[in-house]
Amino acid sequence: MSAPKEKKNVALFVTCLVDLNRPSVGFAAVKLLEAAGCTIMVPEVQTCCGQIAYNSGDKESAKEIASQVIRAFQGFDYVVAPSGSCAGMVRHHYKELFEGDDTMMVAIEELAGRTYELTSFLHDICGYRPEDVRLDTTLTYHDSCSSLREMKVRDQPRALLGAVEGLEIKEAEDREACCGFGGTFCLKYSEISESMVDTKIENLLASGAGTLAAGDLGCLMNIAGRLKRRGAPMKVMHVAEILAGMGEKPGLGEGDS
Amino acid sequence: MQVTSRRFKDSAHEALHDKDIQSAFSKVKGGFPVARAKSAGELPEFEDLRDQARDLKNHILENLDYYLEYFEDQVLLQGGRVHWCSSYAEAREVVLDICRDANAKTVTKGKSMITEEMALNEHLSAHGIEPIETDLGEYIIQLAHEHPSHIIAPALHKTKDQVTELFHENHGKYGFTERITDPQALVNEARSILRDKYVNADVGITGANFLIAETGSTVIVTNEGNGDLTQSLPKTHIAVSSIEKVVPTLEDASLFLRLLARSATGQEMSVYTTFSTGPKRMEDIDGPANFHVVLVDSGRSDLLGSDKQDLLRCLKCGACMNHCPVYQAVGGHTYGWVYPGPIGAALNPHMVGLEESRHLPNASTFCGRCEEVCPVRIPLPKIMRHWREQAFETQVTPKPERWGIGIWAFFAKRPKLYRLMTRVSARALKLMAGKKGVIRKLPLMKGWSSVRDFPAPEGTTFMDQWKKQQREGK
Ligand code: SF4
Repeated sequence: MSAPKEKKNVALFVTCLVDLNRPSVGFAAVKLLEAAGCTIMVPEVQTCCGQIAYNSGDKESAKEIASQVIRAFQGFDYVVAPSGSCAGMVRHHYKELFEGDDTMMVAIEELAGRTYELTSFLHDICGYRPEDVRLDTTLTYHDSCSSLREMKVRDQPRALLGAVEGLEIKEAEDREACCGFGGTFCLKYSEISESMVDTKIENLLASGAGTLAAGDLGCLMNIAGRLKRRGAPMKVMHVAEILAGMGEKPGLGEGDS
Repeated sequence: MQVTSRRFKDSAHEALHDKDIQSAFSKVKGGFPVARAKSAGELPEFEDLRDQARDLKNHILENLDYYLEYFEDQVLLQGGRVHWCSSYAEAREVVLDICRDANAKTVTKGKSMITEEMALNEHLSAHGIEPIETDLGEYIIQLAHEHPSHIIAPALHKTKDQVTELFHENHGKYGFTERITDPQALVNEARSILRDKYVNADVGITGANFLIAETGSTVIVTNEGNGDLTQSLPKTHIAVSSIEKVVPTLEDASLFLRLLARSATGQEMSVYTTFSTGPKRMEDIDGPANFHVVLVDSGRSDLLGSDKQDLLRCLKCGACMNHCPVYQAVGGHTYGWVYPGPIGAALNPHMVGLEESRHLPNASTFCGRCEEVCPVRIPLPKIMRHWREQAFETQVTPKPERWGIGIWAFFAKRPKLYRLMTRVSARALKLMAGKKGVIRKLPLMKGWSSVRDFPAPEGTTFMDQWKKQQREGK
């Protein structure tokens, strides 16, 4: 890809989990996007994409929150989220939410067309490749369901991780299987979720990798939380952190030191 | 059949602690999905065929009345009869009447989900007619007085040892007194018993994978050939079918046939694909003297024109459940009615009521694998979400859940308040975790803590840190 003529104006959709739980993912995203030649803005009125309400059947709340997102992200060249799930909500599900509302649909289509998941944006749109990033470890990558199936993200994070020196990728069995997070699913059907995350964990551990990365914090918190409960020694990081050279910091659930 | 979907959570708990069920269903993922991926991969036009199949089914559903009447005309021309039934009760009576007319004592049955829906076996038995399932899996669960746990592999939940015991208990009266364990020997034993049943049955009842309008044929696919014997040996053949199975032409049926077995078991074609067109003609060597088609609606026409019409495209291939991680975890019976897995989660609320089955469309992570493999591209997660919306609107969703969402949405809609709330939460949670980095017990989130630790937040929200950085000029 040729060098960009003008800097892309990118609005970062921080996402509620990153904002609350792991801000370093947001900063990693900013760092990567800047390195990829973008100017970053973080609209202040953003909270969440509305998926929790949407998937719980509360369509009215979901619509109100979606309207807020649509307003907040007007006027940027791109909207990028360090999450396939939230990007997928904006790209695909807002249309369903406002089906039949032609006035909203124009704004939604327009927003959907410029909304991306982070790694695919870096790879496909910016032609970015991490340089001088080193992490000596073995890593396995978990495909989040929404990244994989809604946003068609599979090869992009792997290609980016491939440019990290010292990193060896070890693919796990059945890597396209769900980890059992599913938003409120993991709270409401915790026993089923437990069985699913255990199956996932068996496969991740069997890969022999020391670190797990993924592009969605929901899955990562679920898997990390279960790994911790089981006392299994696998470090869990968001892919953005690794790509941004922050791979040495403690993983999810490891505290500060 | 008795609906037990209300017990979903309890049934799931039991299934998750049942070693046999766990070993049976966890094996699913290494079997059918692998075979499906391989056979789909070997057919370059597979994805195009799925589009064509979806579009054709949509066309059929738009013109369902036309094709059904066309089908009826052709059946009549061939000398058969068609019975239109709006309910299960009506369909049961029609079948019973036909059996009585035939003075039936025993009827053989091919595998059929619609007769499962209408609880036909129970009805026939109650009226002194013995139904005999001839599909091996169905035969096994009939002996065990159970229901299918998978739509194409009904006895998936049964272990070999359980089958050994069942046969030992039930086959003594046929002179088989030895307890056998070899799978092939078990199959042979069942076969030799069924052989007599075929010959002696007065009526053969099958389902139908397709009804072909242009010829008036009913089509079944099987791997055991049991369907052929069921429908061609007895004097009377009854094909029971739901109304959405009709397709315009033979050519159209071949489109679906190319997808069906590949999606279901990964076979290019099932071993037997059998077409029945009318009763035996003068020049035919064999075949039934009477040919009846029982068309059952039972709520299906209500789906036409609704936001859930796409469900009527279903080919009953089972791919969605084969690929479903929830199904693999809890097995088929947990769903509590005829259809398990994603198709059950999307269809059963319509068939048995949303209140009864509200857990089904909720117990999904929306991972999307079902939609990814459905040969007719039914948007199963979307339909499940529609049920959730309906449950929320009609207050079927329990209050605590509604309140939880309400409180969360209240904040999410007010960015300033939301900032305050997240600021406080991030700090509080961090404090709770202390140096450990995780919280073992989260108040109000038992569902989380019962299974996992909670990875503690870093302590200051992204938004607060970002603002500070901006103020300080980075
Ligand atoms: S919903 Fe689709 S995948 Fe599931 S049984 Fe029906 S046709 Fe097959």
